[in-house]
Amino acid sequence: MEGMNSVKTRKSFGQIRMESFFKRSLITIALLMVVLVLAIMLTLLVHSMPTIKSLGFKFLWGKTWDPISDVYGGYPFLIGTLLTSFIALFISMPFAFAIAIFLGEYKPTGWLSNLLKNTVELIAAVPSVIYGFWGLIVLVPLVQELETKVGILPYGIGIFTASIVLAIMIIPYSASLGREMIRMVPAQLKEGAYSLGATRWEVIKTVVLPYTKSGLFAGTLLALGRALGETMAVTMVIGNSNMLPTSIFGPGNTMASVIANEFTEADHTLYLSALIELGLFLFLVTVIINVIGKRIIKKVTKE
Amino acid sequence: MQNIKIQYRVAKSRVVQGIIVLFAFVVTLPLLAIIFYIFKEGITKINWTFLTHIPKPVGETGGGIANAIWGSCIIVFVASLMAIPLGIFCGIYLSENKTSKLAYWSRLAVDILQGVPSIVIGIVVYFWLVKPLGTFSSFSGSVALAIMMLPILIRSTEETLKMIPFSLKEAGLALGLPYHKVVLRVIVPCGISGIVSGVMLSIARIAGETAPLLFTAFGNPYLNFNISKPMQSLPLLIFNYATSPYDDWHDLAWGAALILLATVLFLNIITKLTTKKWNVQL
Repeated sequence: MEGMNSVKTRKSFGQIRMESFFKRSLITIALLMVVLVLAIMLTLLVHSMPTIKSLGFKFLWGKTWDPISDVYGGYPFLIGTLLTSFIALFISMPFAFAIAIFLGEYKPTGWLSNLLKNTVELIAAVPSVIYGFWGLIVLVPLVQELETKVGILPYGIGIFTASIVLAIMIIPYSASLGREMIRMVPAQLKEGAYSLGATRWEVIKTVVLPYTKSGLFAGTLLALGRALGETMAVTMVIGNSNMLPTSIFGPGNTMASVIANEFTEADHTLYLSALIELGLFLFLVTVIINVIGKRIIKKVTKE
Repeated sequence: MQNIKIQYRVAKSRVVQGIIVLFAFVVTLPLLAIIFYIFKEGITKINWTFLTHIPKPVGETGGGIANAIWGSCIIVFVASLMAIPLGIFCGIYLSENKTSKLAYWSRLAVDILQGVPSIVIGIVVYFWLVKPLGTFSSFSGSVALAIMMLPILIRSTEETLKMIPFSLKEAGLALGLPYHKVVLRVIVPCGISGIVSGVMLSIARIAGETAPLLFTAFGNPYLNFNISKPMQSLPLLIFNYATSPYDDWHDLAWGAALILLATVLFLNIITKLTTKKWNVQL
């Protein structure tokens, strides 16, 4: 009788030990995520030290990038990144908002809107290298034709082409978030406006959009974060020129694309660390954008 | 007079609705164009030799992409082995501890991780594994991809498990089950379909990643099964061959693009069909 009892106790001691082991491993893994992010930041910081020390913040304002004579200025890439991202955002916004309004307000259910919703989500699923390939073979000749018609140098590749590809790629991010936000608008508010005699568009314009504006802004912000860091598709169609871009139809380079192109060729410390500093900058900017975007979403969904 | 004004407002509402519907559906055109074009160009390139042979040198026609297909499978498989357990357990922690301080920081870290540009992860893993070991390797590529899988896995696990009724957990504990058994035998099995779809989605997301592999797996024109050596993968092959000036290589890239696109879309559609039940927000 006593023997059986002690077996039972031993067993439950084992269980208790197992339980605390389980809890501790969960905590370790959760902690690991924090460590991972800090380690990423630290690695970038340490390896970009040589450039930070020798060039400081002037780095981002230097207009020449010439690895052969050891001159590094990130300004052309900063401009390239900002131009492609904001043009892409500008192109994609009307489409993204149209999808959000259609799926959130006009037709929230039904097979047609389900089809549209799933198609839009698939746009986000296509690998970026495939967008780049398609852009290179299909879009570049089209842009070339357009440029010949307008009467400018028909590069085909360049900032404008990269922006179009980027615009397609980022639509799903702001569209799906916008849809969620628009669906959260309380029905009473809309009903109130309808009962006052507002038309459908007037309800959207005066009730739905003002109510969701911070949510839509957050979606746009997250899409911008995507656009800033996108590498492969941009690298393939932007033309990879290290000069300061002269027009949006000319070739250029973004911070991400110059890293992709030159990282494995960088043969001395300063060159490599200049590229890593671009990476660090990209990392910090996307972190800030993402954290702000997520904060806004959290605040909006809680209300 | 009054009537005309009302008619004008109604007409305006209709016109705007038309424009919005038009804009919304125009977006599907590029996707359809890409799918159509890749299928048109790719389908003629795929045959048995294409799937079982490695690329021929420039100037010789024929050859295949067996090295990239195997490479992609191995790199993704090793990445999944590392990321899936970590991701699921972190998701469990976050769903079980909603308000602890560690959960707050961990959640913030996951948010940040989700936004990190993939090329930056490539750089970091280069300094963690490639430089100390002195060689590009498929394993370092797997680590980079595993880091990219984590946020998707964690989010989907957390969101799924949050929806499991609390009473199930209470019932388990009331029966005297230890905590780990309640989690692993009651809560996780209840949410398994949501977790599995998160796994599939994360695999679909990283299967097409190129940027983190540029400085890690690097690419390899030959068939290689050794994970400590450079390895080819489908996205890397597409990038290298698509930007090359040779038509033969373009042909290989089209075939590879079709295989990659079909795989990724297939995984996504399967996931869509299974997540319907859970309605997980990703």
